[in-house]
Amino acid sequence: MEVLSAAGIRYSEKETWENPIEKEADIVAVRQQVRDLAKEHRFDQFAVAALTTAASELSRNVWVHAGRGIARIRVLRNRNRVGLEIEFVDHGSGIADLNRALAGGFSTSKSLGLGLSGTKRLVDEFDIDTGLGRGTKVVIRKWKKEF
Amino acid sequence: MPTGPIPILKIGSTLLVTIQIELHDTVVDSFQEDVLEEIEKSGASGLIIDISALETVDSYVARTLANTGKMAKLMGTETVIVGMRPAVAATLVRMGYFMEGIHTALSLEEGLEVLGSQAKVPDTE
Repeated sequence: MEVLSAAGIRYSEKETWENPIEKEADIVAVRQQVRDLAKEHRFDQFAVAALTTAASELSRNVWVHAGRGIARIRVLRNRNRVGLEIEFVDHGSGIADLNRALAGGFSTSKSLGLGLSGTKRLVDEFDIDTGLGRGTKVVIRKWKKEF
Repeated sequence: MPTGPIPILKIGSTLLVTIQIELHDTVVDSFQEDVLEEIEKSGASGLIIDISALETVDSYVARTLANTGKMAKLMGTETVIVGMRPAVAATLVRMGYFMEGIHTALSLEEGLEVLGSQAKVPDTE
């Protein structure tokens, strides 16, 4: 089945993968799958590294802050453009002060404090929905460059 | 020599570590401890970490590598990270991470040169 979002972006259920993040090794599994998909769709090496690194940072956030969650990876089609979307969902405690977390240099745990602000700079689109007690959902998208 | 997943070789007074596997956080942590213990045991004056096989270096790996270099420095051993891929360098800088305070070189050969010049010219800063 193919789905058309309000923004005109199409994706197919056949090209959607759901990865659980329940143990540390799952961080590596998510980043390997993102890397393989980005290469398969011929993203350039800088985009592959950016997407893979962003996936690694956000998977680690889920693992460190919430203990468990999922990473949903989708191949997107928008007219002739191809993109990758990764949605990270957890039901952890959420982020109380999102502005501060996005400003960078802020960390409450073992991550660098570059997590969210740094990751945002690696992708084309970055959406976050969170709040204290609500868990966190982060969606990132990167489109393949057209030449 | 430690029997962890990342082999540590000694060549003269230099330890050479070539990272060729996808790094889990716990592997990175144990790697750091293995390297520091090996520096103590071997009395090596230089440490080269070759990351040319790594396609992804995220903030956790980058920070652990840089911290390993700083720890080695406290012990009296200079560290050079060699072979960082262009896409890895671009990604780290875009994220705002510059691996400050760490020597880098394009290749193993240049890394050895950096260590050689460090040994000859004492730091006068």
